Amino acid sequence: MLVVIAVLSFAGPPVGALLGADPNAVDLLNRYAGSSWDHPLGTDELGRDMLLRLLAGGRVSLTIGVAAALTAAAFGTLVGLVAGYVGGWTDRIAMRATDGVIALPLLPLLIVLAALDLAKLGVPAAIAQSDEISLMRIVALAVLVGWTTAARLVRGATLVTRQRDFVRAARSLGASVPHILWVHILPNVMAPLVVATTLSVGEVILLESVLSFLGLGIQPPLASWGTMLSNAQQMITTAPLLAIYPGMMIFLTVIACNLLGDALQRRLDRGAVMHA
Amino acid sequence: MIRFAAIRLVEIAALLALMSFIIYGLIGLMPGDPIDLMRSADPRMSAEDVARLKAVYGVDRPLVARYLAWAGQALQGELGYSRLFAAPVSAALPPRLGNSLLLMGSSFVLALALALVLGTIAARHPESRLDDAINLFCFAGVSIPTFWLALVLILAFAAGLGWLPASGVATAGAGDLADRLRHLVLPVATLTLTSVGGYTRYVRAAMHEALAQDHIRTARAKGASEARVIFRHAMRSALIPVTTILALSFGGLVSGALVTETMFAYPGMGKLIFDAVMGNDYNLALAALLLAAVTAMLANLAADLAYAWLDPRVTYR
Repeated sequence: MLVVIAVLSFAGPPVGALLGADPNAVDLLNRYAGSSWDHPLGTDELGRDMLLRLLAGGRVSLTIGVAAALTAAAFGTLVGLVAGYVGGWTDRIAMRATDGVIALPLLPLLIVLAALDLAKLGVPAAIAQSDEISLMRIVALAVLVGWTTAARLVRGATLVTRQRDFVRAARSLGASVPHILWVHILPNVMAPLVVATTLSVGEVILLESVLSFLGLGIQPPLASWGTMLSNAQQMITTAPLLAIYPGMMIFLTVIACNLLGDALQRRLDRGAVMHA
Repeated sequence: MIRFAAIRLVEIAALLALMSFIIYGLIGLMPGDPIDLMRSADPRMSAEDVARLKAVYGVDRPLVARYLAWAGQALQGELGYSRLFAAPVSAALPPRLGNSLLLMGSSFVLALALALVLGTIAARHPESRLDDAINLFCFAGVSIPTFWLALVLILAFAAGLGWLPASGVATAGAGDLADRLRHLVLPVATLTLTSVGGYTRYVRAAMHEALAQDHIRTARAKGASEARVIFRHAMRSALIPVTTILALSFGGLVSGALVTETMFAYPGMGKLIFDAVMGNDYNLALAALLLAAVTAMLANLAADLAYAWLDPRVTYR
């Protein structure tokens, strides 16, 4: 299912060419249209094709989801490796930080961060308000929330692995620390890390949709599923379907990510049992 | 134990001081400051007026000096004045906090009860159809966007069927208990449905592990009833890991409450924080954010203490 949604989203432009329409093309004579051959899912309040906008929105949401999940995993892995290998105060500070991120109510803080005026930090206004920045801002926020899972996983595995004989052997042979971490320790945590990253794609998509829904994420006219919902909420009584579709897409995508992660996890557990 | 609690309280205070400084700095970076707002309200204001006002409000001083002034006042209980409420912050917060605790408390209890039941059932029949069904339900709960669920519930039960009110805490003029409860149903349902999935998965995992232990086999072997095995023997050891997870989930609950409250126009802390941030009400946003953080940290402390109470092997020095 995930594959279908992803393929469709990225195949959006050709499909658009096929139907002869642009997701941002406005057709004021054709607002709130029902399903038809021209517009399979009807049109929205500006007469834009719903199906195309859903696909375009999916492209934005999925890109953010994958980009942020990967960045968060990379950052978390780095922190986890260093904390687990170096130990001591470094470890303690890093773990307290993950505790904080996990336990504190983050959404309120994220709202503050999302509302920050970058211009006050000396970023030129033209850049501060561009589409790319609103994308990068969301990714940055998602990384801020998402790095902890990877960090904890990798730290735990590092602590265990660094005592193993082959790591001790490598160290006595004079291998450098980065080499040991990269070649000997990292491969041992890859599998659970992949599972965690898959699960976090879903989380990021949810986060993006909430922020966009609250008006703090992706800015119109660029569409993500969250912004589409936010628009649709204002017409909820006249055109409820406009709100149902994007929400459904978020729900399906996130549940697909989670089920995929769960399936990987089970396979992993079974594999571990067989090796033991 | 008391020493442990005391150390943790000191830690919390230190963390709070750090957070208040960070949040103070961040809020200063948000678009618009009080003087900008006054200037846009009154275009006749001259440049000298602006400079004078900046001096009066102290916005021309460096960040650290401003923060220290604020912190000194805050420690004396002087949290400043809320523009949005046209009232002192200390008067605007308590009723909202009460509303939020009611919403979060009731959905937390509901979700936990439901999770204990579902998780136990699933753990007792692993890999069965029932287990799969419960698992799917959990994933649905975790994956559904909170605001969308709220929207769908409003569409179905408030706009469509007209059974329940869509927003607020009480009908104006008729604020009796039944009316208040009717206003709670949809927000509580939203928050419960979105949090029950995660809890159930933890309960199932903990229960599954507990049931595999030797003392359970012993209890069964000596002929204890199934109910006794589950509630007396397995539940107790399963609750220990669950407590930790529940404490850590508190932050998520607050985030969920923020969205839920905003959707249902429910006057709680979450909506207050959102409105304060969006409406440039700095004093209010700052105090409310810190209050939410304190509550979360205290909940964590409570969970740590409960941990020691549940598990006799744990002692805190």
